[in-house]
Amino acid sequence: MVSRREFIQAGLAGSALLAGSGLGSIGRLAAQQRLSEAELLRFEPLGNVTLIHVTDLHAQLVPVYFREPSINLGVGEAKGLVPHITGKDFLAHYNIPAGSPMAYALTSEDFAALARNYGRMGGFDRIARVIKGIRAERGDRCLLLDGGDTWTNSWTSLQTKAADVVEAMNLLKPDAMTGHWEFTLGAERVKEITDSLPFPFLAQNVRESEFEDRVFEPQKMFERGGVKVAVIGQAYPYTGIANPRWMFPKWTFSLKDDDVQKEVDAARAAGAQLVVLLSHNGFDIDRKMAGRVKGIDVILTAHTHDALPEAVQVGTTLLVATGSHGKFVSRLDLDVDRSGVKGFRYRLIPIFSDAITPDAEMAALVKKVRAPFEADLGRVLGKTDGLLYRRGNFQGSLDDVFTDAMLQVRDAEIALSPGVRWGGSLLPGQDITFEDVTNACALTYPNCYRTSMKGSQIKAILEDIGDNIFNPDPYAQGGGDMVRLGGLTFTVDPYQTSGRRISDLRLARNGQALDAGRDYTVAGWASINQATEGPPIWDVVGTYLQQKKVITPRPLDAVKVVGAG
Amino acid sequence: MSNKPTPRVRVPASAKKDEIIEIKTLISHEMESGQRRAADGKTIPRKIINTFTAAFNGKVFFEATWHPSVSANPYQSMFFRASESGEFAFSWKDDDGSVYESKAKLTVA
Amino acid sequence: MAQRAAQTRRETLIAGMASFAAAAIAPSLALADAAAVEAEIKKLYGDRKAEAGRIKLDVPQIAENGLVVPINVEVESPMTAADHVKSVHVFADGNPLPGIVSYKFTPESGRAAASARMRLAQTQNIICIAEMADGKLFTAKSEVKVTIGGCGG
Repeated sequence: MVSRREFIQAGLAGSALLAGSGLGSIGRLAAQQRLSEAELLRFEPLGNVTLIHVTDLHAQLVPVYFREPSINLGVGEAKGLVPHITGKDFLAHYNIPAGSPMAYALTSEDFAALARNYGRMGGFDRIARVIKGIRAERGDRCLLLDGGDTWTNSWTSLQTKAADVVEAMNLLKPDAMTGHWEFTLGAERVKEITDSLPFPFLAQNVRESEFEDRVFEPQKMFERGGVKVAVIGQAYPYTGIANPRWMFPKWTFSLKDDDVQKEVDAARAAGAQLVVLLSHNGFDIDRKMAGRVKGIDVILTAHTHDALPEAVQVGTTLLVATGSHGKFVSRLDLDVDRSGVKGFRYRLIPIFSDAITPDAEMAALVKKVRAPFEADLGRVLGKTDGLLYRRGNFQGSLDDVFTDAMLQVRDAEIALSPGVRWGGSLLPGQDITFEDVTNACALTYPNCYRTSMKGSQIKAILEDIGDNIFNPDPYAQGGGDMVRLGGLTFTVDPYQTSGRRISDLRLARNGQALDAGRDYTVAGWASINQATEGPPIWDVVGTYLQQKKVITPRPLDAVKVVGAG
Repeated sequence: MSNKPTPRVRVPASAKKDEIIEIKTLISHEMESGQRRAADGKTIPRKIINTFTAAFNGKVFFEATWHPSVSANPYQSMFFRASESGEFAFSWKDDDGSVYESKAKLTVA
Repeated sequence: MAQRAAQTRRETLIAGMASFAAAAIAPSLALADAAAVEAEIKKLYGDRKAEAGRIKLDVPQIAENGLVVPINVEVESPMTAADHVKSVHVFADGNPLPGIVSYKFTPESGRAAASARMRLAQTQNIICIAEMADGKLFTAKSEVKVTIGGCGG
């Protein structure tokens, strides 16, 4: 008999029993019995400071299914390195048994089957329980830091202009946060919220565009466990490119090593023994920055939604990747003395919603903020008989629903859907509710446009976005995944140079090559241009689902990936 | 075109002797590049500010020549080594011959 | 379909992700190239050779807005009467005209550093050349990517 404590060892693996017996022998009940809250939280404390990190919650107040990507290519120096390892390779890299709870939480392997066993992940009430537990144990040694992408991308957040999430986050009592999608609430609303927060919104790289005055505090010094800890905020540096700049026209974002170095030096000069970069750069940018800016002890990464069960070390800098959608909370214990970090212990705590007791106070708050919208959220629009998900560099079965909806409802030849990395997954047989749809598209610029584009323009757009994702220099990457295409198939070589990655563009319906000189009717959503017209995307998808009733995902073979680099 | 270009300058009011201070300037101006075409197909004629100068007590210490690629509402920052009290004079010269000016006092302790 | 009729309503023709920066700046004129920049530098300095170094050319790797791209140039120099930076010229090799800005510094400048903002029609190189009081030339180059944007997240 394997003892319970071995089932989830050091925050990593599952049991040998699970691994050896495959999926067939464990049912949902058995799986849940093996996931005890005590084991999930077990941590041998170390040192005098505990950093607790949450990030990219995307306003998901309640637990979700969220399938990690099976394709997440690394380019340049990041090729073959975490987080650009997926599926079985990821399991092998971290020695995680197939079929184990962490295999379910961290990869796409057997996702639908494991999801039935292990259930949904996340939820603010479970997160609250975990954080309260850590605080009870570690007292004044704790710092709770929020990496951003917290306030937006749910229906309730959209309806309340993030008041629901802000209230819930305040209950968690973070010590600081930074941001990215937050800015899509518009400058005025962001300022209104940040001015009223009981903790600082830190962003050293956001400036007023005329005289380059600071918009937010760049950093804050805390004292925890007798250690002076400086937290420097780094907002997403390409917010003004990836999202509608007209929503915050007087703010400018930057990615400058020198500016970060100045903040680190200032923190050290002020006596900081531990310097933390609360970053929304994205993992590859952070890895590069860790090698270029001297004196950062810890980078809490965000944006790219990577969940890594071990901290990554670059020189003397530790990088932590906490995943997204509330699936994980990171705990990093540090032993710090006058001369710096002496040791650390890290655990990526998986928030298995069936195993962790909901915190009553947070559960009540979540219920309260959702109550006015419950009828809308629960409205069933259709059903899926296959797995629907979004993550992956090129295609997702949920994205196909969006592009099919646009092609049909907007009567277009080609559809474009943004390669955002947020939006939950749905299991085979599940009803598709309005909440499921809006979790994948609730943003402040939802209009589904219908326009005409030349074939050459479409190719140029794909090349441009391709370079944003696959430029070998992470500082030249714009983030996200490849734009999703409906009605078109193509071949991509990620390791080519800009302008040469995309080839063999063909109309899916008849196999005809895309004509550079011809005009095509194109539908899309999430345009960054002001005054884009058209119905909100959730209406388009809702109309489609109600007509279609049952979604049967088709093979994801519209994009052919070539080139070994 | 309708509004007269308005300069704005950020310069410290005081400095220590030999302190190097940063000066930031902005002026409202469309900086029409001469490379755009109107709806009727005609090229919109060039009209930019082509020269910016910064002087202290009558002596020019920094000069910038701006080409049509300089953005609208042009920004220019520069530095100055404070040596004595006196007055800055900043000037912007337009293609049409207009000169826009701004002055600021500096006290050196 | 129900929404078909609605399509006849005038909808914006601003395409989702297709506001090409180049169209906003130079719809019809030929763009400069590296040779045009070289020719400008030759006009200024003939065949004199420029070395790499001393110049810190600070431009974003990706422009947030092609119409407003910050450019900061700093040249390492004591800025004394005997040893100072006289001038800095900044060029771009993919705009309608190669010139961006030219600066004249003096020892009173204290630091040979200046910031401005420029329009870039497309992804291109920014080239700058600095002349010292003793006639030495230094040069630096950096690429700025101008992207359509959108889709991030």
